[in-house]
Amino acid sequence: MAEKVLMKGNEAIAEAAIRAGCRHYFGYPITPQTELAAYMAKRMPKIGGVFLQAESEVSAINMVYGVAGTGLRVMTSSSSPGVSLKQEGISYIAGADLPALIVNVQRGGPGLGGIQPSQSDYFQATKGGGHGDYHLIVLAPASVQEMADLTATAFDLADKYRMPTMILADGTMGQMMEPVVLPEPYEAKSEKPWAVTGTKCEREHNIINSLYLVPEELEKVNFARFEKYKTIEENEVMYEEYMMDDAEYCIVAFGIAARVSKNAINAARAKGIKVGLIRPITLWPFPKDVINKAADKVKAFISVELSMGQMIEDVKLAQECKKPVYLCNRAGGMIPEPEEIIAKLEELEGGND
Amino acid sequence: MAKVTFATDVCKGCGLCVDACPKQLIVLSNDKINKKGHSPAEITDQSKCIGCAFCATMCPDCVIKVER
Amino acid sequence: MAVVFEKTKALTDAPLHYCPGCTHGIIHRLVAEAIDELGVLGKTIGVAPVGCSVMAYNYFACDMVEAAHGRAPAVATGLKRALPENVIFTYQGDGDLASIGMAETVHAATRNENITVIFVNNAIYGMTGGQMAPTSLPGQVTQTSPYGRDVKTVGFPIRVSEMLSALDGPEYIERVAVNNVKNVKAAKKAIKKAFENQINGKGFSLIEVVSSCPTNWGMTPKKALEWIDTNMIPYYPLGVYKDRSAVKEEK
Repeated sequence: MAEKVLMKGNEAIAEAAIRAGCRHYFGYPITPQTELAAYMAKRMPKIGGVFLQAESEVSAINMVYGVAGTGLRVMTSSSSPGVSLKQEGISYIAGADLPALIVNVQRGGPGLGGIQPSQSDYFQATKGGGHGDYHLIVLAPASVQEMADLTATAFDLADKYRMPTMILADGTMGQMMEPVVLPEPYEAKSEKPWAVTGTKCEREHNIINSLYLVPEELEKVNFARFEKYKTIEENEVMYEEYMMDDAEYCIVAFGIAARVSKNAINAARAKGIKVGLIRPITLWPFPKDVINKAADKVKAFISVELSMGQMIEDVKLAQECKKPVYLCNRAGGMIPEPEEIIAKLEELEGGND
Repeated sequence: MAKVTFATDVCKGCGLCVDACPKQLIVLSNDKINKKGHSPAEITDQSKCIGCAFCATMCPDCVIKVER
Repeated sequence: MAVVFEKTKALTDAPLHYCPGCTHGIIHRLVAEAIDELGVLGKTIGVAPVGCSVMAYNYFACDMVEAAHGRAPAVATGLKRALPENVIFTYQGDGDLASIGMAETVHAATRNENITVIFVNNAIYGMTGGQMAPTSLPGQVTQTSPYGRDVKTVGFPIRVSEMLSALDGPEYIERVAVNNVKNVKAAKKAIKKAFENQINGKGFSLIEVVSSCPTNWGMTPKKALEWIDTNMIPYYPLGVYKDRSAVKEEK
C-alpha cells in the first residue's frame, strides 16, 4: 500500500505530472497556481527535466507547442487571466493535433478579477476557448487525490487522442492540503510517427501544422477531428453519482462546488429532503446520458456553480429541458455555503407542496 | 567550357540572373512562355559561359544548374 | 564536367510560391545549403512563421513546425529544450519577429537560447498586401502609411540587430543583404556560421537579411535590389553587431 503524504493540490499535480513522465514544464507566474510552478522549478533540474519561466503565458504555451511537436510529454499551468492569454496557442495545439496538458487553477473574473477561487472559465474550457472548431478534454478534480490521479489520466488521454487536455481546478483545489497517495511513476508508451525529431534522412519530412488554405481540405480535417470527438464522447465520460438512487432532486456540481454540495445533501437528507448529486469529472465530454436518465426520475435539477451560471446550460441541454434546472451560485471568488443550497432545496420542496 | 541549364518550367522571369551575368549572356526569352506564363530566362551563347554561377547565386527559384 | 551549382537536397521539389524576383527564394536556398553542407539535414527542425514565408515548411526538406505569428522563437525554445542534440532554426519576417513577436525574440536572445534565427527584413508586410512594418523606412509609402511613414505619429523603424546586440545574452548577431552576388556570398557565410554556432553549443545566433519585396514596393525585381543599396542599407548598415566568441578570443 503506497504511503499517504500531505500535499497541496497544486503540488500534487506537479508531482503526478513528473510521475507520468512529464519532463518539460513552461509557465509564467500567476496566483493561485504558484506552488505548481515552484514545485517544478525545484524538482525538474534534479531529474534532468526542464523548468522554464517564460516571458509570458503566450510564450509558455508556444514552448509547450514546440515540445508537444516532438512527442514528449509537456505541460503548462496558469490561472484564468493567464489561460486567456494561452488560448491562441491552445487553438494551434488543437489544430495541429498535438498532445499537451494545460492546467487552469481558476480565479474570479472577468478582467483581472480577483485571486479567490472561481469556476467561471467553464465556457472557455469546455467550448474550445480559442478560435476555431475544437474541444479539449476537460477534467475537473474535486480532491487533492484527484488532482494527482487526473493528471496522469490527462496525459494518457492527450496521447491516446492526440489532443490537448485541461485540468480545470480552482483556487481552493490548488491551495487545499489533503492526504494523497501519489500514483506510481510509469513510462508512457505510444507510437508517435508524426513527431518532429529529425528525418535522419530516412523518411519524408514531418510537418506540424494547422494551416490549410484549401477550404475543402480544412473542412475534411475538421470533420475528421469531430469524428474523433464523437468517439471520446462515447468512451471517456467520467462522473460520480452520490445518493442518486432515490433522489427527487439532482444537484449537478463539479470541483469545490461538488464538495460543498455533498455537505448540503447530507444535511438536507437529515431534514428529509431526498437529494443526490451528479458530479461531472469530465466537463468535456459532458456526462449527458446520466443526467438525461436522471431527468426521468427527479423533479428538478440544481446547478451549483462558482460562476454566474455556465454549466447550467449544459445541464439543460443534456436532459433536453425535461425538468426545470435552477441555479445556486456565488461568483467573484465567493463559495456557496451548504445552507444556501439547502435553502434552495427547501424553497423547491415548498413550491411542490 | 561551362554549361548552364535552366529548369524553364519553374522560372518566373524575374531577370535577376540577367543582371548577374558578368558576360551578359542571359536574356528573358522573346518567343517562349512557360507553363506559369512567364518568359523564362535562357542563355544566348553557351560557348561564352565562364561557369561563374553568378546567375544561379541570384536566382530565387533554383532554376539554374551550372557545370564546368 | 563537374557540377558547379545545383539545387541543394535540403530543399524539397515543391516550387516556391513567392512572387517573381522575391529574395525569399535566395534566402531559403542559403539556409538549406548551410544545413546540407554542415551535414545536419537529418537532425534539423525548422520553424516557419506567419507572413509570406508561412509555407516554408513545404520547402525545407527537414522536419518543420508552423508557428503562430511571432511565436517562432518560443516554439524553437520548446523544440531545443526537448531535443538539445537537434539543430533548430526559425525563419521569420520583420512583422513576425520585430512587431508581434518582439518579446519572444528578445527573450530567446537574452536566454542565449541555442537556436539559429533567420530574420528577413524587407521593410513591409508582404503576405497581407503591403502594410507598414516595424522596419519600414521613414517616409516609406505602404498601404497603411499611404502618405509615407510619419515618424512623429508612428515612431521610427526598429534596428533589430543593433537593439539585440545591446543584450548580454546572444552569441552572434550579423546583418547581411542579398541584393548582389557579393552580398549573397557574405550572407551565406553568416548563415552558415549561425548554424555552426548552434552545433558548437555557443547559443543564440541571429542573421538579419536585408531583402526586397518588389511587388509591394512597387518596383521591378532589379529596381528593388537597387533600392536595397540606396535606401535600406544606409538605414540598416551591414556587418557583425555581436560576436561573443570573437571578443573572448581577443581578450
